[in-house]
Amino acid sequence: MTFRQRHLLGIEPLHPLEITTLLDLADTYVDLNRRAQKHADVLAGLTQINMFFEASTRTQASFELAGKRLGADVMNMSMQASSIKKGETLIDTALTLNAMHPDLLVVRHPHSGAVDLLAQKVNCAVLNAGDGRHEHPTQALLDALTIRRAKGRLHRLNVAICGDIAHSRVARSNILLLHKMENRVRLIGPPTLMPSEIGELGVEVYDDMRDGLAGCDVVMMLRLQRERMDGGFIPSEREYYHRYGLDPEKLSHAADDAIVMHPGPMNRGVEIDGILADDINRSVIQEQVEMGVAVRMAAMDLLARNLRAEGLGAA
Amino acid sequence: MTTTLFDNARLIDPETGTDVPGWLLVDGSTIAARGTDAPPDAPHVIDCAGACLAPGIVDMGVKLGEPGERHKESFKTGGRAAAAGGVTTVVMRPDTLTPIDSPEVLEFVLRRGREAAPVNMAAMATLTRAREGREMTEIGFLLDAGALAFTDGDRVCRDTRVLIRCLTYARGLGALVIGHPQEPQLSAGAGITSGKFATLRGLPAVSPMAERMGLERDLALVEMTGARYHADQITTACALPALRRAREAGLDVTAGISIHHLTLNTLDVGDYRSFFKLKPPLRHEEDRAAMVEALRDGLIDVICSMHTPQDEESKRLPFEEAASGAVGLETLLPAALRLYHSGDMDLPGLFRALSLNPARRLGLPGGQLSVGAPADLVLFDPDAPFVLDRFTLHSKSKNTPFDGARLQGRVRGTWVGGYRVFG
Repeated sequence: MTFRQRHLLGIEPLHPLEITTLLDLADTYVDLNRRAQKHADVLAGLTQINMFFEASTRTQASFELAGKRLGADVMNMSMQASSIKKGETLIDTALTLNAMHPDLLVVRHPHSGAVDLLAQKVNCAVLNAGDGRHEHPTQALLDALTIRRAKGRLHRLNVAICGDIAHSRVARSNILLLHKMENRVRLIGPPTLMPSEIGELGVEVYDDMRDGLAGCDVVMMLRLQRERMDGGFIPSEREYYHRYGLDPEKLSHAADDAIVMHPGPMNRGVEIDGILADDINRSVIQEQVEMGVAVRMAAMDLLARNLRAEGLGAA
Repeated sequence: MTTTLFDNARLIDPETGTDVPGWLLVDGSTIAARGTDAPPDAPHVIDCAGACLAPGIVDMGVKLGEPGERHKESFKTGGRAAAAGGVTTVVMRPDTLTPIDSPEVLEFVLRRGREAAPVNMAAMATLTRAREGREMTEIGFLLDAGALAFTDGDRVCRDTRVLIRCLTYARGLGALVIGHPQEPQLSAGAGITSGKFATLRGLPAVSPMAERMGLERDLALVEMTGARYHADQITTACALPALRRAREAGLDVTAGISIHHLTLNTLDVGDYRSFFKLKPPLRHEEDRAAMVEALRDGLIDVICSMHTPQDEESKRLPFEEAASGAVGLETLLPAALRLYHSGDMDLPGLFRALSLNPARRLGLPGGQLSVGAPADLVLFDPDAPFVLDRFTLHSKSKNTPFDGARLQGRVRGTWVGGYRVFG
């Protein structure tokens, strides 16, 4: 087995072979999840705690379902309402939880690097479910699995990522993963939503969507994160939709068999045309959700195996 | 009156730019004689064994915890750290929790500081009340009470009209105003310099241009008002042309830099290491190299520690939430010696920036090895290697970015007014 990680903190530390191992295992879980009997017991006896310091519905549900299908005892802690309001520091929260002997800790935090910090202080395996603008590794892995299943390969593809790159951890993880697997990445969006000196990352940057989409195999749309905006990045939603919203006309510039992806939740009519999003011939948005559960099952399975190999964790 | 001979020393004189073997005679609290020939007899002889003897460091960027945050640093611990680091004059920053913005607070700080610390204690005062950028402080009274300069620290005055009046009033009294060149809107909330590394780490970042914009504004106001001005930290290459123009135009402008910006760069932040979160943030390597060159050319005059003690609780947080700043009193000299060992600076040049220039700019008598100068001295071995353990620091706070770093240069002794305060 080629997966040597203690934690899943980001795509950055992963080797391409580790990514392939994880996606291969996830493929088997896709099959399992489609059966009537969806249970495996590879995590039986292990405790999984989901700590979300930032609101999340789908990612948290996906991790919860993944853990339960593999037989783990899953606990959800909504940290927005909890001890941090009472002034407890992140490290103290981590140490408190650590004393309860969890085996898998799934963490989302609004600040970049917070999950790394937490991972230094606990004995269990930590999975990053999104930290600030830094990384969201399971999202990039589920996107990769979706692409691999739709396109039959995960290399030598032209992938366009469109929208609010600056505030997006999904974009960062996807850029890293797609580069590791030897794809070409284009970024499309208004310059105000591009991080500074993004070109140094080896990507092609376009501010015209039609130019950027020309010949693309995969079109990844990003959510326009209105709640992250301090204000004034774009003039208005309707101008944004006019220039950067994905509609059938703009999509016609991409390859004929290009697939459309979106990490959700979607703003229909802001970044993506509603009918296009529902077009089962182009949109793989529902598959992404399905792959999400499988990828998270695979990630937790692999980390639990490494825990056991180290003699840590239950059983 | 005791007379002490420092024999067999390597005399580092920033005034003449010389680095020669010789002897130095201290009579009471002042330097009485020096030479390179046969030394005179003295009742008390210190054999320096070839180590360097230089004027003690005048550190014009020191924040101590008093008043208000004594759990981070007290006059006593800060004073001991200074003595251990070869700093003979601590110039306190006024950006304390209770800011030094009135003659009463200044009087307290100087009196308590001088009682508790073994080195010379001096202080700056704020330019505006409570550092709010609205009303100027009593600059005249504060000068009379001993304030050496006026600064609101890293809280930049946003109201340009207020700043013009402060600069104009200060000019009338000949007071030195110290600015923190940053465009405040751009730098708000940023703990790292923008670029590829900041993007990969996903941290809120500030462009180096924010420093240039802040400096350009301040220099335009200096040109208008004729005030005496010092930029606390110039850290980016893009700000240097403005500084050079101001110098060539004959404005009374000087500039400093913290030792961290001369010896570290943004990549040192690594995996969100909050001890490397500074204000302004660490810069790219090209900027660091440009700053070393500017220091060598004399465009940057002063190296300071920007000593900013923070307790563990302020730093053991996610990078974005962690407090800024690093302690530096004890690591200033060994870190500065990196520039000597790398061949970028000679020792007299380093001590010009560490001792002579800050003393001159602030009107203090130290910073020299000449006869009649105060016997504020540091004796150090520039080559002695060691690995820094932050828990050996005398400071109450241990937030140094040099923890575990390999450094060269140990202080063997520190003298203030002829008294040995360390070693």
